[in-house]
Amino acid sequence: MQLRNISKSFGTVLANDHVWLDIYRGEILALLGENGSGKTTLMNMLSGIYFPDEGQIFVDGKEVVIRSPKDALSLGIGMIHQHFKLVDVFTAVENIVLGLNEPGRLDMAAVSKKVCDICDAYGFEVDPAQKIYNMSVSQKQTVEIVKVLYRGADILILDEPTAVLTPQETDKLFAVLRNMRDAGKAIVIITHKMHEVEDLSDRVAVLRHGQFVGDMITAQTNAAEMTSMMIGHSVTLNIERTEPIDPKPRVEVRDLTVCSVDGVLKLDGVSFTANAGEILGVAGISGCGQKELLEAIAGLQTVEHGSICYVEDGGTRDELVGRDPLSIAAKGVSLSFVPEDRLGMGLVGSMDLTDNMMLRSYRRGRSPFVDRRTPRRLAEAVVSELSVNTPGVNTPVRRLSGGNVQKVLVGREISSDPTVLLTAYAVRGLDINASYTIYELLNRQKERGVAVIYVGEDLDVLLELCDRILVLCGGKVSGIVDGRKTDKRQVGMMMTRLAGDTDA
Amino acid sequence: MLKQGNIPLFHISRRKALPWQLAWLIRGVAIVLALLVCAIITTQMTDYNPLQVYATMWNGAFGTTRKIWILGQDIAILLCISLAVTPAFKMRFWNIGAEGQVLAGGLACAACMICLGDTLPNALLIVCMAAASIAAGALWALIPAIFKAKWNTNETLFTLMMNYVATQLVAFFVIVWEVPKGAGKVGIINQATEAGWLPQIGSYKYLLNILIVALLTIGMYVYLNYTKQGYELSVVGESEHTARYVGIKVSRVILRTLLLSGAVCGVAGLLLVGGTDHTITTTIADGRGFTAVMVSWLAKFNPIGMIFASFLLVFLDRGASEISTNFGLNQSFGDILTGVILFFIIGSEFFITYQVQFRRSGKKEDDNV
Repeated sequence: MQLRNISKSFGTVLANDHVWLDIYRGEILALLGENGSGKTTLMNMLSGIYFPDEGQIFVDGKEVVIRSPKDALSLGIGMIHQHFKLVDVFTAVENIVLGLNEPGRLDMAAVSKKVCDICDAYGFEVDPAQKIYNMSVSQKQTVEIVKVLYRGADILILDEPTAVLTPQETDKLFAVLRNMRDAGKAIVIITHKMHEVEDLSDRVAVLRHGQFVGDMITAQTNAAEMTSMMIGHSVTLNIERTEPIDPKPRVEVRDLTVCSVDGVLKLDGVSFTANAGEILGVAGISGCGQKELLEAIAGLQTVEHGSICYVEDGGTRDELVGRDPLSIAAKGVSLSFVPEDRLGMGLVGSMDLTDNMMLRSYRRGRSPFVDRRTPRRLAEAVVSELSVNTPGVNTPVRRLSGGNVQKVLVGREISSDPTVLLTAYAVRGLDINASYTIYELLNRQKERGVAVIYVGEDLDVLLELCDRILVLCGGKVSGIVDGRKTDKRQVGMMMTRLAGDTDA
Repeated sequence: MLKQGNIPLFHISRRKALPWQLAWLIRGVAIVLALLVCAIITTQMTDYNPLQVYATMWNGAFGTTRKIWILGQDIAILLCISLAVTPAFKMRFWNIGAEGQVLAGGLACAACMICLGDTLPNALLIVCMAAASIAAGALWALIPAIFKAKWNTNETLFTLMMNYVATQLVAFFVIVWEVPKGAGKVGIINQATEAGWLPQIGSYKYLLNILIVALLTIGMYVYLNYTKQGYELSVVGESEHTARYVGIKVSRVILRTLLLSGAVCGVAGLLLVGGTDHTITTTIADGRGFTAVMVSWLAKFNPIGMIFASFLLVFLDRGASEISTNFGLNQSFGDILTGVILFFIIGSEFFITYQVQFRRSGKKEDDNV
């Protein structure tokens, strides 16, 4: 498959600028690039979601036009999106045949058989009759992959497939992808994680600002070289980690138990202490109670039992359980929270930067009117200090790219001089440059004596950034380890089963 | 080059913000096109000269001083109800019960006029009427709001049902108060004493209503854009999670906003019963509780824009009825023209938000040609 001179613009933004790209059968191609460098746009054009403004696409040497996902599939191009497109109440098989208008009666048994054949051929594990809502994230992803294979795809595009997987699940996925490669399929994977690129791909293609920078054989390059190609100049890949200065307990969580609205136990007897001047990492497969833990501390979760104590410098203790965010703040506890769902929880997408800055502070003063001057100055300060890429402070945050949205949110949360900073997946979807800006900011907070709780998914980062790592598994603490003394393997094992060794 | 036949004829993409001049140009073009289409329909379906029809429409709205005043009054009432539903809509609370809230306000107003008309001095009576109307309208909106805030019931159905309850209540009281007995209607209340009639400014019967609504418009604009409460309700509307995250008590904001929404509806009831009609019927709101929904959306919840939107709708409505009486056509013909014009105006918003790119790239079309 060959792409020639592909361009696409949205309004005045040129997302792809005359991109040349070759994709070969029997090869895994990793597509690298910063946020907003046009990777997803390019792949969306291949899968028929967008139509290119100009350029040509050749499949097997023949020029083709892809106008819709249907066209793409008939050419054998299938895409697995970051957000799964499955119907929850249907079974795996029902989702797989959904939308296929084959003539004649639908023979579910035959379909199931074919699905099983595909699974056997490549080593997938799928129960065809299982409902989607009963599945784990990785099972859902498997269904998505089988779906496109069932439709006869032999060019597969995966958009950040590992973002939601544990290391073990990732290994499984990679094994399957290698099987498919060996069966002669072309595979394109979009990712931000360097070690995955090195691990899996045969060839790497790099995009920068919508332009194709170059490609190389993975075996002949290294992470540093790829990174410098991506961002245009070389960067150090190391995250600095200073020794914690005078750590003392700041938040003490004892025997915390939380149930979700429908009664499912989300946190089960969680106990730990977060120290001031220290970054406490929280690792775990997604959905193991990280969200509930942070929300409970922030006063957004109803707690079944247990206690969360805020310890002041003088030793005074305040119980936070049973308080809402407002009364926690009224207690004089300066707590900042960067939630996982930035536009759904931390910010208001349709409002501009100024109004978003105001969210925390608009109540100040007795006047019934809002003061937009102070937040406006804050917005301008955040934009310039964190180099947020925005047309201005009056732009709705929804229009900004993921990294810039995150900078706005983190900037606001830090501006209130917190003593406790909670962050959930602070760098999810961010490119390397933006991620390092965030790590840097967290480290500054740590040096200021803030107790930072960092929920993360990239183990490499957790291990490099955090002083201690709390590992959650199924709502229970499976251990707290020293970030300097442990390795990925150990944490990975603890994420998947409850390990006995706890050193707190 | 790609083969022309294979490329889609056009594709649609979202625009960046458009300069307002261009946006108004698109709207203007839409109106001109709408008038052209209407002209074709007119000549095809009737023997009349479309220009004559348009002139009649214009005359229906602006023909005489009296007509202009009525136009102003109708705009004021529609605008008042639109202002009332807007804070609720901005909070994503689909209050389609304005009809009932206006009726409740009107009913309370009429009750004061009838029961207290002879006992209280006029000034005090008017204060009572205002308080009662506002309270009744607010109560009518508060009931669904409580259910929404406490048990998350569907507010659309609830407010809709409250309309029917209000209509039946009014029907009941019309029989209780009917004059003379058996007439089935209340007639003009306190015709001899004019007790509880809102004061006229000079000889202008409708001026007071218009002034009150003008003040309300400014007030609502300021409330929505510059107050803490206005800010809170837009945060709740955009994302309840974010609201909870910053410590806004969502149910309190819902109750407060619906109290406001209902109270302004109550004012509309007061203006109708106490200010102009001096009677109460089940049709006093005349469907404007629903038209207001359209006004509010057309103006994208901006009170200033709502002035234009309600002007447009009232103008079309009055023009259409003038056509039907003047040319002996039935009301439906006027409605067809109104429909065509509205279709084009609402359609033009699509071309303001999105752009259509035709096959040859680089050439951009702005208008719905």
